[in-house]
Amino acid sequence: MAIKIGVLAKQVIDPEMPMAAFRIDESSKKVVPPPNIPPVVNGFDENAVEAALLIKDAQEATVTVISTGTEFALDVMKKPLSMGADELVLLQDDIFENTIDSFLTAQLLVAAIRKLGGFDLIICGRQASDWDNAQVPLGVAELLGMASISLGKKVDVIDGKVRVERIIADGYEVVEASLPSLVTVSNELGQPRYPTLRGIMAATRKKPTIWSSGDLDLDSSQSSSRITLRDLFVPVSDQDCEIIEGEDPADSGRLLALKLREDKVI
Amino acid sequence: MADGTGVLILGDATDGELGSTTLELLAAGQKIASELGEQLSVALLGDTLDVPAQQAISHGAQKVYAVNHPLLAKFQIDFHLSALEALSKEVGPRIILVARTNEGRDLAPRLAFRLGVGLAQDCLEVSVDSGSKTLMANRPVYGGNAIAVVSCDQTPQIAAIRPKAYEPAEEDSSRTGEVVSFPVELNESLALTQVVDTVIEEAEGIKLEDARIVISGGRGLGGPEPFAHLEELAKVMGGTVGASRAAVDSGWVPSSYQVGLTGKTITPDLYIMVAISGASQHMAGCSGSKVIVAINKDAEANIFKEARYGVVGDWETVLPALTTALKELT
Repeated sequence: MAIKIGVLAKQVIDPEMPMAAFRIDESSKKVVPPPNIPPVVNGFDENAVEAALLIKDAQEATVTVISTGTEFALDVMKKPLSMGADELVLLQDDIFENTIDSFLTAQLLVAAIRKLGGFDLIICGRQASDWDNAQVPLGVAELLGMASISLGKKVDVIDGKVRVERIIADGYEVVEASLPSLVTVSNELGQPRYPTLRGIMAATRKKPTIWSSGDLDLDSSQSSSRITLRDLFVPVSDQDCEIIEGEDPADSGRLLALKLREDKVI
Repeated sequence: MADGTGVLILGDATDGELGSTTLELLAAGQKIASELGEQLSVALLGDTLDVPAQQAISHGAQKVYAVNHPLLAKFQIDFHLSALEALSKEVGPRIILVARTNEGRDLAPRLAFRLGVGLAQDCLEVSVDSGSKTLMANRPVYGGNAIAVVSCDQTPQIAAIRPKAYEPAEEDSSRTGEVVSFPVELNESLALTQVVDTVIEEAEGIKLEDARIVISGGRGLGGPEPFAHLEELAKVMGGTVGASRAAVDSGWVPSSYQVGLTGKTITPDLYIMVAISGASQHMAGCSGSKVIVAINKDAEANIFKEARYGVVGDWETVLPALTTALKELT
């Protein structure tokens, strides 16, 4: 039987944008999306799509990508489809305005996962490059009462179990759990594949399923906020850098050694 | 919100003594417990807790909850979660502090969701608003490009603190405190995951997190070979080599070398960054360094805004000259 894989992916402001383009509106406590720089699929989530597709390369599987947000750039969010995913489900609602509250996001995702009939395996990026919260995946696992294995660099499904090589400080562990389970992956998983021309053509024809919170069966008693954003600001660096300049770069290197000694750094 | 009282620290007692991140949490906890005028306690989970319990007290804990169980000897998330859920419900703390270690990174979100409360993740600093007794947490977001101040809306208020964000608490062996045993019932069937193998692949020498001098290389090195020059400099200086994520993603060095937001957090006395631009995601792992030195050929690179000393020039020329001069000085 085909393994049903769900991938949770988020649309984010391009983290590779020039730092000068990063702006905050302090009164509304929001990051201002940079003009002329399109959003991207969160990098670790692309790793998650790749992990799912690697399983699909090896055995019969379907891959459904689910995303939450206030509005989507469809051409951006269709990238997982053009890489080879089968379906795209977008949970679009103003409720996601304050996505720093992981509880709400996880609850809506869980409602959507249930509406989709559940998955054998859920794969997510380790964290999103906007709020760096690393909470939603573990929260989804907790709310669904399933095992979570985080920081995977290799994910296999063998005999009804997921087997993950999980990064630890000085190497990796091999961890197993019975399905259904949730796994988060990191960049060590490797470069996500590039969409093929055929994949791009197929993706253009596919229509995403779009649901709002009203389409989902939510337990309203649970949907109050858990985290309040009080302030958001850009930290200022007050470091003055002393540039060591010799006659040529080699001389600068030599002078640097002398300077470090003179200032008792070494 | 339902009121709790006191500050509870989730301590690490896995190696038969108190982990360094627990000493850091004790420093953070002492400050907020005294601001609140409430008790500071530490939860220890494991099977050999006498030594760490006394260490927690001499470092400022007024009370230690010793949760003794053979299944807690090693970290297994489901056992730890089950024990902590029971303890938290029984003790009813106002605030829970967790270290955002490899284990805490998994434990804190699952605990918060299990208790139905919010978690302030990966905090650099915590304080309390004395009127409302609300925990205010400063946490880097957008890869460190911004700082968010967040608070939790329910009790217990949980914060995960980034390792090395606080200096360890001072020891005072004259301190006294109470050790309370907290029995839990656990069985093997609770474990949803099994570790079937562990592979250690770290390079020999001083661990990156413990090194006093670290020399890291980045994308600008252009390949794996130049890391030999960094190794040579490290040998001369008695330091350890690290890397940026770009160098790791390119496959030039193993991921255990990575410094940064999604790599290791280091706080050396001297950090030499070679051909690294200094994006905030990298700085998130090294901003606690005492002195940063940048060697980069791009005078406009962000790293020259963060470093104490800088050399604008090609590493291929600067690095050998620096290494030779240091050899002569030692």
